[in-house]
Formats: sequence, C-alpha cells, structure tokens
Amino acid sequence: MSDQSMLKVERLTKTYRTAAGGDLTVLREVSFDLRAGASVAIVGPSGSGKTTLLGLCAGLDRPSSGTVEIAGESIGEMNEDARALVRNAQVGFVFQNFQLIPTLTALENVLVPVELAGDSTREPEARELLGRVGLGARCDHYPVQLSGGEQQRVALARAFMNRPKILFCDEPTGNLDGDTAAAMVELIFGLNREKGTTLVLVTHDLELAKKCGRIIRLKGGVVVSDEVA
Amino acid sequence: MNFILKMAWRDSRASRRRLALFSLSIVLGIAALTGIGSMGENLRRTVELQTKSLLGSDLAVTARKPFDEEAMKYFRGVGGEVATEVAFATQLNFTKGAGERKLVQLVAMSGGFPFYGELVTTPAGALAQLADGQSALLEETLLVQFGVQVGDEVRLGAGTFKVAGALKKIPGDAAVIALFSPRVFISPAAMEATGLLKKDGFARHRVHLKLRPGVDGDALARTMKERFQGARFQFDTVEERKRQLGTTLKDIYSFLSLVGFVALFLGAVGVASAVHVYIKQKVATVAVLRCLGASGRTGFAIYLVQGIGLGVVGSAVGAALGVAVQFVLPVVMKDFLPFEVELFIAWASLAKGAAAGLVICVLFTLLPLLTVRRVSPLVALRSALGETARLDPLTPVVYVAITAAVLGFAILQTGHWQTGLGFTGMMALGFGLLGGLAKLVSWAAKKFVPRKPLTYVVRQGLANLHRPNNRTVLLLLSLGLGTFLMINLVLVRATILDKIMGVGAGARPNLMFFDVQDDQYPQLEKILKDTGTPITVSAPIVTMKIASIRGQPVAELLQDETKVLTRAGAAKEAKGGKGGGLAARFGGGANASQPARDSGRIPSWTLTREYRSSYRGKIDETEKISAGQWIGRAKAGEPRVPVSVEEGLAKDLQLALGDEIVFDVQGVPMRTYVASFRTVEWQRMQPNFFVLFPEGVLEPAPKTFAAAVRAATPADAARAQAAVARELPGISAIDLALILQTFDGIFAKVAFVITFMAGFTVVTGIVVLVGAILTGRFQRIKETVLLRTLGATRRQLTQIQLVEYAVLGVLATVTGGVLAIAGNALLAHYVFKTSVSLPVPALLASMAAAVAVTVITGLLANRGVADHPPLEVLRNET
Repeated sequence: MSDQSMLKVERLTKTYRTAAGGDLTVLREVSFDLRAGASVAIVGPSGSGKTTLLGLCAGLDRPSSGTVEIAGESIGEMNEDARALVRNAQVGFVFQNFQLIPTLTALENVLVPVELAGDSTREPEARELLGRVGLGARCDHYPVQLSGGEQQRVALARAFMNRPKILFCDEPTGNLDGDTAAAMVELIFGLNREKGTTLVLVTHDLELAKKCGRIIRLKGGVVVSDEVA
Repeated sequence: MNFILKMAWRDSRASRRRLALFSLSIVLGIAALTGIGSMGENLRRTVELQTKSLLGSDLAVTARKPFDEEAMKYFRGVGGEVATEVAFATQLNFTKGAGERKLVQLVAMSGGFPFYGELVTTPAGALAQLADGQSALLEETLLVQFGVQVGDEVRLGAGTFKVAGALKKIPGDAAVIALFSPRVFISPAAMEATGLLKKDGFARHRVHLKLRPGVDGDALARTMKERFQGARFQFDTVEERKRQLGTTLKDIYSFLSLVGFVALFLGAVGVASAVHVYIKQKVATVAVLRCLGASGRTGFAIYLVQGIGLGVVGSAVGAALGVAVQFVLPVVMKDFLPFEVELFIAWASLAKGAAAGLVICVLFTLLPLLTVRRVSPLVALRSALGETARLDPLTPVVYVAITAAVLGFAILQTGHWQTGLGFTGMMALGFGLLGGLAKLVSWAAKKFVPRKPLTYVVRQGLANLHRPNNRTVLLLLSLGLGTFLMINLVLVRATILDKIMGVGAGARPNLMFFDVQDDQYPQLEKILKDTGTPITVSAPIVTMKIASIRGQPVAELLQDETKVLTRAGAAKEAKGGKGGGLAARFGGGANASQPARDSGRIPSWTLTREYRSSYRGKIDETEKISAGQWIGRAKAGEPRVPVSVEEGLAKDLQLALGDEIVFDVQGVPMRTYVASFRTVEWQRMQPNFFVLFPEGVLEPAPKTFAAAVRAATPADAARAQAAVARELPGISAIDLALILQTFDGIFAKVAFVITFMAGFTVVTGIVVLVGAILTGRFQRIKETVLLRTLGATRRQLTQIQLVEYAVLGVLATVTGGVLAIAGNALLAHYVFKTSVSLPVPALLASMAAAVAVTVITGLLANRGVADHPPLEVLRNET
C-alpha cells in the first residue's frame, strides 16, 4: 500500500426528487480517503445507500454535492463522457448480477474494456486471464452457456483486463452458492494482491467484509462507523 | 470506429433471426416500392404503347389536298416509316335486296399502317385481299345494319367490289369517329379506278409516321408547323391522344405514387417499432458498456451501425424481391393478367426506391436509437432505473429530419409539392392523433378501470395498457398507422376505380343515334326499349350562330384583325372536328384553339361556326361549374337568358361572367348572358355542349335529338341498329364499341394494376402489423412466464392478452379507419379531382380484418411462451 490517495470522497450527498415532488436524501455528507492498494468494505442494511455510494465513487452518477477524486482526478465536475474515459482507464467492476453482455462470448466480454480504448492486441492476455479464473477452455462460450459462478469469473477477468487502479465490487458473491462464493472471494483478493489494485467492496456479508483492511458502515445514508478490520 | 464495427457485428450475432424479422417489414416495404416503381415504369411504357394505338402511329399529318412532292420528301427524310391514307365521303350502294345506299368514308391505305395496335377483321387476313383491287373491307356496323354477308357485292362509283370481310377494330378510331360515318376500305389503285377521287376536293389525305426511337413527336410536329406554315396541315401526336384519356393516366401515376409512399411508410413504421423494442432490450448491454468506459456516442454508434446494416440489407433484399416479383408474377399469373407487360429492370426506379428506403429506414431507426445516448451506467447496478425521462435535445432534430425526408420523398414520388405536403401533413396528423390517443388510453386505463366487478384477467389485460413497459403507444402508433394506410388504400382504390369506370366501361353508352326529329323521338324510344337497349342519355339539339358579343356584331368583329385570328381560325375550321370524340360532333375540339389563345386573339371559327346547343334543368356528371352560377330554368319574362359556356370556348371568345351574347337561333335573335362557366369531360362518350341553355326557352325551337344506349353485347348493338334502320331509316347510328374497346383496354389494365399494387401493399401492412406484435412479444415474455410460474393457466394468459390486444386493435383500427376516410376524401378532392367513394362493406371488412389480425397474431405470438417450461424461457431471456 502506498501513501498516494486512490479514492478521496468528501462530504458526498445524493438527493433524489420523488414522484410526489419532494426530496429524498439517500446519502448524506459521506467522507473517506483510500490509499492505493488498500481494500475497503462498505456494509449496511438494505436501503442504507451502499450501492448509491459505490455508483458515485465509480463515476456512474453525479453527486448532489461533495466531491469524488479517483487517482487525484476530481470526477464530480466531469461530464458523462469524460467520466467514461476515467472509468475505462482506471476502474474495474464486478456486479452482483454479473452484467456480461449476452451477445458476446466470454473472451469478447473480457476484451471489451481494452477494445473500447482502441487496443485490439491483447487477446493473449485476455485468454490468460480467463485461464487464471479457470475458464481457459470456455473462451468461446456465451454467457447463457455458463453457470452463475462461471459468469462471475468472466466478469472478474473483464474487471482486471484494463489493469484498473481501483476495483469496485457490488455484492460479488450475492448470487453465488457458498462454495462458488468462497472460490470467487479467493480469486478477487488474490488478483487484487497480485495486481496491486485498490478494492472497494459493497456487501451484506460481514465475513467477506472482514477480509478487507477497512470497513465503513452505512445506515440511513450516513457513515456510522469507519474502522480497520 | 474499429470497436464500434466489431461490437455491432458481434452484438448482432445472437439477434440475427430477430433482426431478420425486424427487417421483413422494410424488405417488403422496399420491395413494394421498387416493384411499384418498376411496374409503374413498365405500365407507363405499356400504356404509352397502348396509347399509340389510339393513333396507330407516332405522328399523323392531315391535309385537305394531296401532299406535294416536297412534303413527301420531307416526311420520308424524317426517318422511320411512312404510310399514307386517303379518305373521302361517298355513297356505298348495296346490290343485294332493295339496293339501299349509305354515306360512308371510303379509305385507301398504303404502307405499314397501323404501326401500333392491330387491325382486326373477320375473317382474319381480310385486309390482304384488298390487294386484288376487287375487294372491299366494310366496317362491321354496315354488315349488321344492311344484312350484308362476306362475299356479297357492293358498288362504289364505277367499281363493283366483293365484301372481303368486316372491320372490327382499327387504331386511329378516335379520329375517324369524328367523321361520323362508317368506313369502307379498298386498295389505292381501286380507289383511283372508282373515279370518285376528286382533285383538291373533299378528300382527306393523311401521312402516318412511325418515328425512330427517341424522336419526340410533339417537337417534330412543331418543327413541321413552322416548315409548312402556309399548308394548313393538321398534326396529331400521341401526346394529343393522351390528352383524350383525360386525367386517367395522371390518376394512375398519382395512385402508384401514393402506393409507393404508403408501402415505404409502412416499412418504416415496422422498422421503427421493431428497433424501439430491440433497443429496450439492449439497455442493459449499453449500461455495461458505459460502465466499462464507452461514451454515449459509442453506444449510439454501435446500434446505428446495426440500423444502417438493417437498412442496407433490407433495401438490397427488398429491391431484389421487388424485381423478382415483377419478373415472377407475370409468369405465375400469365392467365390472369389482362395484358402483356414488357419486362425490363427500371434501374432508376430501383435505385430511387432502395435509396429512399435506406434513408427513411435509418431515420426511423434514429428515433428509438436516441435513447441509447441517455442510458445511465447506473442501470448496470439498478436495472429498474431504465433510461432518463428527459427529452433528448436531438429528438426534435430527428423529428424534423424525418419530416423533411418524408416530405422530400413524397414530393419526389408525386412530382407535386402540394400533394407531397398533403401526404406528409396527413401522416403527421395521423401520428399526432394516434400518439395522443395512446397517452389518453394509458391514462384512462390507470384512472378509470375499477377493481370490481371486473375479473382478474380483464383487470390485468387493461392494466397492461398503462403499466411500466406498456406497449400502448408503440402498438397504437404502428397498428393505427398501418391500418390507416391500408384502409386508405382500399378506399382510394375504390374511388379511383369508380372514376376510371365512370370514364371507361360500365354503363357508359356505346351506341348513339343522331338526327332524330322531334316527332321520331317517342318511336325511337319504343324501338330501343323493345330491343332491350333502352335510351340512357338523350339531349335536344338546337342549331344557332353567334350574332353579337357584348353588343358588337360578329361581322364587325371579324374585320378587326387585332381581336380576331382569322387564318388560324380558318385552319381550325379545316380540321373538321379535331379533339375528343363526340365533342367534335356537337361542339368542336376542346384543344383546338391553342395558337389563337397564345396570340391573345379570338379564333374566327368560334365566331362563325354553327353551334349545336342544348338545354337542360341540371348539369350532368361529366360537367362541373367552374365559375358563376348554374341556372336550370329561365324565369318567364326575363329579357336575357342565362347560359353556361364551356371554359375552353369562354377563353377563346374572351368572355367574362355577365357578358352578353346574342345568338341567332334559326333566324330568331336571342339575347343571353354568361351566367356560368363549365368544365366538360369531353372524353366521356356522351352528348356534351359548348353552350347550355336553361329549360323554358328553346323548347319551341326546331330541334333534333341525340340519344345514346348501352348495348351489352355486339349482337345487342347490331339488333338495335337494324331495328332503327328498318323503321326510322333517316336516323344515323354510330357504334362506339370500336373506339371504346381501345379505351376500355387501357382502363382495364389500369384497374388491374391498381388492384394488384394495392393488394401487394396491404400484404406489406399486414406483415408490419404482425411484426409489431411479434416484436412486442419480447417485451412481455418475462412477465408472462412469471405469471405462469405463479400458477396462471394458459387460458388465463390467453384471456389477459385477448383483452389487451382487442382494446388496442379496436382503438387502432377505428382511429386508422377514421383517418383513412378523411385521407380518402382529401385525396379524392385534391389529387384525383373526383367525388369520393366510400365502399362501406369494404371499409368494415378491412377494419374487422385489422382487428382480427391484431388479436390472432397477438395470441399466436404468445402461444410459444406458454408452451415452454418457464425455467427454459427465463434462462433464455435473461
């Protein structure tokens, strides 16, 4: 872990306008700082604002107020396309529901982040990554031909394909059975260590959270604790 | 770019069957468009050819004296082929029976006339016998009327001829009919031998020219007019003959344009609705791409490439199908086609159709595609977020582009900006109305559907109309526009066919009797009734001359060369009735005065001619008041009589409403004023007049009658003619069947093409309806399966869908039907210039069919879902 700040969140607030015309604040004045190579778990009950926080940190949405910096770049003021470039260059994602593109094979799914960046030379690396997650023989399979655990492993390979500085995982084991989930956790933390990636993990699973160096607890959109695991 | 192309290709792999289904509507739309374009071109050529048979040549030059060597040299020097014809009136003497006589036109032809169309005789080949110099070919009516058989002898001047056969049909009838006497054909040498041909007499000399391909007959006629300025030649061209067909040809091309427009629009609607559904399914993929760093533009570009690909493939396949249909259909339907189509690939039409199809397809694809730009990457985290509800600033731009493209295409198709604007406006109105109705239905379904006493399935079916992901707007728009266009086509087809049949076949008279004296009329009426051919149209005819106009006597006017074009007038008089059929008999040619009009002077013939006027209480269906007021009955004691003057004559005479004309009615001056102007469809073969008087004025004047009947068969016509000839020998009869055959031939072709093209486009519409519903299936598949999982029976699922589709089907069809009726009325009034036809049975049948197609397709489309295990479907659709 270095001293360089990889993710810096300051006074982050997100308010939605409701259908009735009122305001609903789902995240209020959240602040934290994460060093490069660190890992943090964001935990809390349903509706506490975990996923909203993840989305804001990853630049998927704009905060109502407050700032988010990824690798020293403030993304709050950027337009969506500029944030997309930051995501492509710096960020990896693992979603609870895998979010593979159903019309692409496993290999093509893994290649998307680098091909988006205009690099079409990294197929060997993508195959190697798929081999690392145990799917070397399934490169040409479509998502529908893979089990849930296999799909999530493809998603993990995809997340590391662009050599992200920071990896966001949203309930990565939420849709997996115990054994598969355990294997997946091993892979996430193993690759994270190997690649030196900063990890932000949203989960209900306290056991999983404890594997991170730090746990931030949310309740009602407010940080109620921020402690070393 | 590389990634975009690669991604577009990869992403399409799993959806190609679905994309193929989506493209089916555009394929058929473009197939119809290119097919119509090419078929239209083919038809245009066929009709042009057919039209040429109205004249028999490309250009006919007529003179009152033999052409000199210089003129003949010139005609031969034009290139192509030359045929000559000499004709004059003479007495034909029948040697059989009582030795009756009949005034006929004796005709001698040399050369290859007719160059277009065919000369039909019974027995076939009778024409060739004329070469022996001792045979004559008689018009069929003569054989019938005088009981002459093939082989009998007739006398013409000093010569005796054997009847070689009956002439049944000859191109150029329209011109000859104006002479109003049956024809007898002999060889030129035999004509010479009869001694009847008088030098510089009343013979009509004619040269027929078949021009080389690409030579413009009209332009050549103009050059010849210049070249032979003093020779008083009369020129007839195919264009002139086409004018005799009135607006019919224009109407058919307008209709084909409409069909093409409808076909393409249907295809575009089909593609837009399909892409809309397709894109909805791609939202998750786009969100993931956004998460992985794709910009909004990249996501948009990926699916735009697919849309363009869809358009390119659809256009190419559609164009190929259009050509194939055009080639295959005449072979398959050989026995049903009323004419032979000379097949060729109209490359220009094909390219135009394919390009227009591609542009329209891409533009219609853009509309649903715009949502891709707005898909938030957050959707990957929370799928319920969907796309933003805010209006994309590019949406109005795309709407403007679509409107401009549709307008441009409509103008290109119709050739008139007003008509194009009308088409586009009607489509925009339909779009707006249906969109508004869809919103209203959604709102009403949410607001007013009670829980009780409705059953669950009804409530669920109605709730489907407003719930998130509902298809109300999409289906109402696509089904409504589809049914609107299809029903409109059915109605317009009826309108235009009614118009054509009004001019063409149907109940139109085909046998006319003239010179019927006042006291003979009741007897004629009885004879014709007894023979089963009752009089359908009759008109009293009173001859008169113009004595003065606006107080200036005609004799004085004729002295003033600044006002009257005397030479042109004389030339027109020499023409002896050029123009449309019976118009020549009663009034003169409707188009005969163009040079005088151009010169701004009154043609002298309009002042000096004898007018055969009539009187009526009302105008008939072939006439229309264009200015002023029609007065059907003159008020007693009024000093001036209100008359109605035909528009063309009014222009020639430079008349204004209210102008006074004094007519000399067989010695009695009659003061009249112009109360109205009238347009007259001269091409309708029935008595029409330049000047019409009201009832209550001319009744006591010496008059004759013209009467017309419709004979169902040639035998009926012959029987009627024979009976009249026997009992009222002074009455002349003209069998219009010969000329009507040519006209009816053209109209039959036109009617067939209209019906066929309308049918083809309706099939496209049905495919669009089916496609819209099938694509909707993908939207509802998950919840249908969930309902099954939760225990819904197939019957319940069917009933839920039945309620939803029935409501949407009925609403779309009723709205489409109303729009179609309005569209038909507007088209009838502004484009086809005719009265509107509303075939209620066809309308109701079309509407019922549209509802049935909607409901049945909806139910069939969802049947597959209920047939599979829920797990299988859920897994495949995630």
